[in-house]
Amino acid sequence: MDAAASTDRTTAPPPTIGGLFAAFLGVGLMGFGGVLPLARRMIVEQRRWLTPKEFTDLLALCQFLPGGNIINLSVAIGLRFRGLPGAVAAIVGLLAMPTAVAIAMGSLYQRYQGVPLVRHLFAGLAAAAAGLVVATAAKLALPLAQRAARGWWRILIAALCFAAVAVLRLPLLPTMLTLAPLSILLAWRLLPGPAGASDNR
Amino acid sequence: MSSVLGSLAAIFAQLSLLAFGGGNTVLPEMQRQVVEVHGWMSPTAFAALFALAQAAPGPNLMVCALIGWQVAGLPGALVAMAGICGPSSVLTITVATLWERFRAARWRQVAQAGLVPVTVGLICATAGLICLTADTDVFLGLITLGVAALAMRTKWHPLWLLGGGAALGVAIGLL
Repeated sequence: MDAAASTDRTTAPPPTIGGLFAAFLGVGLMGFGGVLPLARRMIVEQRRWLTPKEFTDLLALCQFLPGGNIINLSVAIGLRFRGLPGAVAAIVGLLAMPTAVAIAMGSLYQRYQGVPLVRHLFAGLAAAAAGLVVATAAKLALPLAQRAARGWWRILIAALCFAAVAVLRLPLLPTMLTLAPLSILLAWRLLPGPAGASDNR
Repeated sequence: MSSVLGSLAAIFAQLSLLAFGGGNTVLPEMQRQVVEVHGWMSPTAFAALFALAQAAPGPNLMVCALIGWQVAGLPGALVAMAGICGPSSVLTITVATLWERFRAARWRQVAQAGLVPVTVGLICATAGLICLTADTDVFLGLITLGVAALAMRTKWHPLWLLGGGAALGVAIGLL
């Protein structure tokens, strides 16, 4: 890749702390039911803080670690450009407006929840929200079922995990401390090689 | 009051480190703690807060702010958000500097592949429990099924699906 093309493609000057805060403030306010595509567009295409590859690498880190992916991403990007203050500015920017809006909506709900119309509205809303989670679960579970022949252990672990948490209502911490190492051990023994290990998102 | 804030901080800090695969995986544990262990709210109230959070802008962890706010007002909301974001953020900051060193390592790829089935099981548990609390009659169950089907087969914006569900809820209530 020649130098002119790469500068054109990659880099705006690194953002300031205020710039990080403002950018993630916008992401937090705009994102409904999926902040990640918006964050990518803002960071890679509009502001050009990262190349597409840099963004994908950073996202891989954030998906590997526990916590909300977009929250981890804001921290990692803030840290990368402006150290610890940048990380704080980015995450506070991301969460400030959604927290305020959620609490405002919560207050309205609390005040009017006795009104039958509002109760019905929320019953319908909750049912629809449940439907969105069902869709997410199905999208993630179907690939496991389709590769059942080679990956029986995946279905076994997912089923054990479901049974422990949803049916037996066991606490999550001991469940994870048992099933996560077991699953990683099975992956270690049963996945073919580095190529096989990485085909799994 | 401060003991309630302490409990909130402890619950959400633990969830923060267990939330592999994103915030929705720890919802059953959140419900278990908030509803069953501490008795802070009914299952129906929990489902309503979750629905509100889905309809609000921002990451789907906003349900934590709502729970904290319901339990202990504004301090509760701030403590819950700090709890759910703090430990995982500290971990991200710590690991980010080392990431290049082990990103391509086989053990890391195996660990990530091994965590996928756990995550899937947890998301399915979340879906099951949320349906149990939200779908208290047949019509609401049909709304859930319809939204799930549309979300899987179309690219419709989730807000339209949520709005449609709320409108149907009102329509059924008026009949």
